[in-house]
Amino acid sequence: MKSKYSALPYYVWMALFTIAPLILVLVFAFTDNNGAFTIENISQVGEYTNVLVRSVWLAAVATVICLLIAYPLAYIMSRLGPSKQRTMVMLIMLPMWMNFLLRTYAWMTILENNGLLNRFFGLFGVGPFDMINTQGAVVLGMVYNYLPFMILPLYTIMVKIDNRVIEAAQDLGASPLKVASSVVLPLSVPGISTGITMVFVPAVSTFIISRMLGGGGNLLIGDLIDLQFLGNAYNPHLGSAISLVLMVIILLCMSVMNQFGEEEEREGMLI
Amino acid sequence: MRNTHIDLMTAVMSGRCEDLGSLFRFSGKKLLMLAMALLMLMLLAVPAAAEGEAASLVEDPDYYARFQGQNITLSVYNWGEYIADGSDGESIDVNGLFEEVSGIKVLYNTFATNEELYAKLKSGGAGYDVIVPSDYMVARMIGEKMLAPLDRDNIPNIRHLDEQYVYTDFDPEGAYSVPYTWGTVGIIYNTQYVDAEEVTTWDILWNERYMGDILMFSNPRDCVSIALKRLGYSMNTTDEKEIREAFETLKDQKALVQAYVMDEIYDKMEGEEAALAPYYAGDAITMMDENPNLAFSVPEEGTNRFIDSLCIPVASKQKGAAEAYINFLCEPEISLGNIDYIGYSTPSLAAMELMDEETSNDPVRYPPQEILDKTEAFIYLPAETNQLLDRLWTELLSNDQQFSRWTIPVFLLVAILFSIGLNLYRSFKKKRGNVS
Repeated sequence: MKSKYSALPYYVWMALFTIAPLILVLVFAFTDNNGAFTIENISQVGEYTNVLVRSVWLAAVATVICLLIAYPLAYIMSRLGPSKQRTMVMLIMLPMWMNFLLRTYAWMTILENNGLLNRFFGLFGVGPFDMINTQGAVVLGMVYNYLPFMILPLYTIMVKIDNRVIEAAQDLGASPLKVASSVVLPLSVPGISTGITMVFVPAVSTFIISRMLGGGGNLLIGDLIDLQFLGNAYNPHLGSAISLVLMVIILLCMSVMNQFGEEEEREGMLI
Repeated sequence: MRNTHIDLMTAVMSGRCEDLGSLFRFSGKKLLMLAMALLMLMLLAVPAAAEGEAASLVEDPDYYARFQGQNITLSVYNWGEYIADGSDGESIDVNGLFEEVSGIKVLYNTFATNEELYAKLKSGGAGYDVIVPSDYMVARMIGEKMLAPLDRDNIPNIRHLDEQYVYTDFDPEGAYSVPYTWGTVGIIYNTQYVDAEEVTTWDILWNERYMGDILMFSNPRDCVSIALKRLGYSMNTTDEKEIREAFETLKDQKALVQAYVMDEIYDKMEGEEAALAPYYAGDAITMMDENPNLAFSVPEEGTNRFIDSLCIPVASKQKGAAEAYINFLCEPEISLGNIDYIGYSTPSLAAMELMDEETSNDPVRYPPQEILDKTEAFIYLPAETNQLLDRLWTELLSNDQQFSRWTIPVFLLVAILFSIGLNLYRSFKKKRGNVS
C-alpha cells in the first residue's frame, strides 16, 4: 500500500506531461480551426511524403553508421582495465557537455568551402570539395551529435559480458569471428536495440542540424513541423497531424526492430 | 528573426562557461574566487547614473512624475538586443532611465520572431503591456482584435515622428501602433567578387556567374517577395497565378543558391563563404563593420520596407503607464541614444536632427526618398495565401526527389503485416517445438 502512495507524484507527472500532451496532439490533428472533426490534416500530410521519406532515410543511415562505429569501440572499451575504462567514458561524455548548437555550428565552419578542412586540402592543391549543404553533411552532423547515445548503452551491456564466457568459447575452438557472432552479439542485443532507439528517434526529428549543415535546402520533418508552428501560416492542426504520423512511423519502426531483437535474444539463449 | 544571431552568440558563451565550470570542478575555492572577480568587474563596468540625468533627457518631466509612488510594474516584450541597455558601457540604459523618471518598474522580456510573439499572445496567460510586432503582424493583430486603440493625447511625442511611418498601409490612421524602428531589404555583397554596378537589380541573384555564391532568405515570405518584385508584381499579391510564377523562378534559381539561411548569414558573409545575399539593412551594417569588403545596395525594382511598431495588447491592465513608456521611447534624446545602439533606422525626425551628419546621410540607413517611394510594407495576407506560400515553399526545398503520396501508408501497412507475420511464424515454430 505504502509504495502505491509514494508513486503518486509520478503518476500525476505522467498524466500531466505525457498523457495530456499526447491527447492534445491527437485532438489538434483531427480538428480544424473551428474545432470540428476532420481528417483533412492527416490526408494533407501525404503531400509531404518526400520530406518524410528523406528524414527516415537519413536518420536510418546515421543510425547504421553510429552502430558500425560504436560497436567495436564499445567492445574494446569493455575489455580495458577499470581506470582506462573510466577515462574512455569521460572522453566520450566530454563533448556532450558542450552546447548542442555550438557543436553543430562548429561543424559548419569546418565543412565550408573556405572552412578548415578545405583549407587543409588546399595546402596539397586539391579541392575545394563541396561538403557543406549536402545530405552527407546532415548525416555527419547526426552521427557526431548522437554517437555517444549509441556507445554508452552498448558499453554498459558489454561490461556485463563475463570474460570467462568468451574464454570458454575460445577454449572450445571457436574462431574470433565465431566468438563475435555466436557469443558477444547475442548477449549484446539489448544494448543494440536501446542504442538504435536513442539515435534514430532524435535523428529523425532533428531540425537544427539540417538547417545549419544542410543549407536549408534539405528540409527534414522537424523543419516542417517547426514551420507549422513558428512559420508564416501558423497551422498547429497540420503540425500536430505531421507529428502524429511521425510518431506512428517511429513506433512501428521500433516495434519491428524489437521483434528482431527478441528473436536473436532467444536464439542466443538456446545456444 | 533578425536578432537571434546575438542569442546564438550568448549560447556559445554559455557553452564555454559550462566548460569552465567543469575544469574547476575539483577546486571549488578557485571557482568561487573567479566568480567573485567577475562580479567585481561587472560592478565596475556599470556606469553610475548621475542624479537627475534622466529628467534632463525628457522634455516634460512632470508628464512622467505623476506615476511616482504608485508602485506600477510594466511588462515589455521586445525583440532580442533591440533596446539600448547600457551594457556596452557607451549607450544609455533606456529602461533604467524610464524607471528613474517615472517610478514605474519595467519587466523586460524578448522574443525572436513575430510568429513567436503571436503564438505567445494567442495562447493567453502572458500579461504583456507593450509589444513590438512588425508591420504585417500589426495588421494581423488589428484584424483579430488583439490590440488596444491608443490614446494619442497621452503620447504627445508622436509629433516628433515622420508621418510616413505613423500612417501606414497596415494601420492607416495610426490608431493602434507607433513606429519604433524601420529598415529596408537590399542586397549585401562582397566587392571583391561582385561588380558593384551589377547590384542595381534583383536579376543578379539569378545570374549564373555567381552560381554557388548566392544565399537566400530561409523564410517563405521574404524569399518570394524578392521573386515577385523581380517579376514586377506586388509583394502583397494574393493572386495564386502570380505566386506560382514567382515560385517557378525560385525553382530555377535553386541550382545557383548555396544555402537558404537566416542568422547563419553573418558567419557566411563575414567569412567570405558567399558573395551576395538579400538581407535587412540594419544587419548589413553590423556585417559591414566586421568585414570592410562588404557593401549594401537596394535594387531599383523596389523592395520591402519593414516597420517595427510599439503596440499595446487589449489585455493590458496598465494602459496609461504603457502609453507613457511609448511616449518615453519617442523622446528625441532617448530615440537618438536607442537607435545608435540598435543600428536600424529611426522614424523620429527630431532624433535625426540631433544626429551627426555622417549617420543621417548614410544611404544604407536612410536611403533617399526616391528609393523609399518604391518600397512596399508587408500587409497581412489571408490564411489561404499563407498556406499556399508554405506549401509551395516546402515543395521548393524538397523538389529533388519525388515519391508517391501513398509511399508512407504502404510502408506502414508493410511494417504491420511484417510484424504480424513474424509473430505468427514464431508461434508456429514454438508449437512445432512443443510437439516434437
